[in-house]
Amino acid sequence: MSDKSTDAYWKANIRIITISMVIWALVSFGFGIVLRPLLSGIPIGGTDLGFWFAQQGSILTFIVLIFYYTWYMNKLDKEFGVEE
Amino acid sequence: MDQFVINLIFVGASFALYIGIAIWARAGSTSDFYAASRGVNPIVNGAATAADWMSAASFISMAGLIAFVGYGNSTFLMGWTGGYVLLAMLLAPYLRKFGRFTVPDFIGDRFYSQTARLVAVIALLVMSITYVIGQMTGAGVAFSRFLEVTNTTGLFIASGVVFIYAVLGGMKGITYTQLAQYVVLIIAYTIPAVFISLQLTGNPLPQLGLFSTHTASGQPLLTTLNEVLVELGFNDYTGNHGSTFNMVLFTLSLMIGTAGLPHVIIRFFTVPKVADARKSAGWALVFIALLYTVAPAVGAMARLNIITTLYPDGVAGEPLAFDAKPDWMLNWERTGLLRFEDKNGDGLIQYYNEARPPARAVEEGWEGNEMVTFNQDILVLANPEIAQLPGWVIGLIAAGGLAAALSTAAGLLLAISSAISHDLIKSMINPGISEKGELLAARISMGFAIALATYLGLNPPGFAAQVVALAFGLAASSLFPAIMMGIFSKKMNSTGAIAGMIVGLGSTVLYIFTYLGWFFIPGTNMLANTPDNWLFGISPLSFGAVGAALNFAAAYIVNKMTGDAPAEIQELVESIRVPKGAGAAVDH
Repeated sequence: MSDKSTDAYWKANIRIITISMVIWALVSFGFGIVLRPLLSGIPIGGTDLGFWFAQQGSILTFIVLIFYYTWYMNKLDKEFGVEE
Repeated sequence: MDQFVINLIFVGASFALYIGIAIWARAGSTSDFYAASRGVNPIVNGAATAADWMSAASFISMAGLIAFVGYGNSTFLMGWTGGYVLLAMLLAPYLRKFGRFTVPDFIGDRFYSQTARLVAVIALLVMSITYVIGQMTGAGVAFSRFLEVTNTTGLFIASGVVFIYAVLGGMKGITYTQLAQYVVLIIAYTIPAVFISLQLTGNPLPQLGLFSTHTASGQPLLTTLNEVLVELGFNDYTGNHGSTFNMVLFTLSLMIGTAGLPHVIIRFFTVPKVADARKSAGWALVFIALLYTVAPAVGAMARLNIITTLYPDGVAGEPLAFDAKPDWMLNWERTGLLRFEDKNGDGLIQYYNEARPPARAVEEGWEGNEMVTFNQDILVLANPEIAQLPGWVIGLIAAGGLAAALSTAAGLLLAISSAISHDLIKSMINPGISEKGELLAARISMGFAIALATYLGLNPPGFAAQVVALAFGLAASSLFPAIMMGIFSKKMNSTGAIAGMIVGLGSTVLYIFTYLGWFFIPGTNMLANTPDNWLFGISPLSFGAVGAALNFAAAYIVNKMTGDAPAEIQELVESIRVPKGAGAAVDH
């Protein structure tokens, strides 16, 4: 594998990691903590959406993120011919 | 059947299973002992990781932590799960590709420095040994409550069982016992939760029950809980009553710390391929989430259940009489973890917030909160009794609590013993040691580690509660940044990495000891542990994230001043970044 395609593979990996990290921070630090007041208008069973994100939603999003990343990277590995 | 006999059957059967697995999964080589020969199915590894990670603190304490604070302690839920995203994307796949057995192994080779290896070994030993104390004491408590033996006897039994499967099987034995322990602990945790959710809301899924209608009051469960708490002078459950800044920082510290814990990282060395390491992190989080999404429901529902027990006619009605206390209260009062005191001598238990007493407290001559002790750890353990579930559920909880404590203890002990036999003996002291010799050294180190953990469990240094903060702070500020830079910065050199680890570790330890006392010895703290004294309002428990930032900054500056890593190291990093060729890296 040439240096050029190694670079392109790594850049694509960094890109997907960056996007995932933004979502990771948004659902936990964002919706769950800092942005909670903004979501207070959306009621969920006796409380608001921010509370739900802090105690349930963030965890569920984390799971989706990891499986999406796994799927995406498997695809990327094959595209660049670097899979095992 | 007597409750004691039921508990004995459940705990005895689970222990027999662990020992059976140990005999079946003996380790024949160092690769077996350190990494289960990298032949573990990623889903099995996910379950083993979940058991490895979920300690006595997760199983026994976490629901109680959330129950008595409410929204503010959501930090534990997000922090202890968010770290897996970091592991899956930033660390695990590349470390698996590198193909070594321990975390200091990676740091030593990547930064081509025995000093870096030694710093990593020291950080690993300090954090893993502090962490293992909590597991041993947790096992002791569970034994003494459920099996009516003394703490000491309980600890010796627990150590004996761990000794058998950890020394015989190493990582291989530990992996398959952790799988069994996961099954035991998750069943034990969810069964009472499902029953309680059904009783309170009619919804069998606690995750949904938490946001459902409370059958007795006809309004949402959380609305009812908020109302009764405010009526008794407490903070409402769903509101934010702390500093938002510290909540963010504490969550971040827990996330980074989770990703930097060596006993969790080494689990990802056991899967066959790089792609499996990613997948395994996802499955680990699925298995962890099964408990972590149930825990907040358990917390809220148990808090409401306790209040309804103490105020059978509603919080405006007459409180529970002392002589009408249910059996579970009498059982737990014997342990000293629950205590009542009739301060105004009226024979009724008044439970309320003294700092903000409700109006009726003055009118009716209440003279203080009469539930004087309620240890948060009993919340999960007493849950089946509070909800009046059958005896076998209590037996299950006993086996589950022990499974949680022992599975984490075994993982920690493996991290400790492999750091000694592989990093200290094989890599630094005696590189010529034979394969057989190293395996023997690994087993002897494991024996020593268990003896040390048992000793510390019997003589806890009196700071068991704070050590978890220290372990996470150390992991966040030392190992996580070093490993991440080792992968994501080709140019990072050894001087930079060592400087970073020392600055991160040093600042975190200094900050924690400044407020909590040197080595947690009471009275030796230099500043009182109050928000006014904290630097920029940062709580010592939240400092790990700051320590990590200082680590990154110091490493970057020193690297800039001392030149880039040599070309062959940069090539090594290139090869870590692509999955291809991981098989070849196994035999080094």
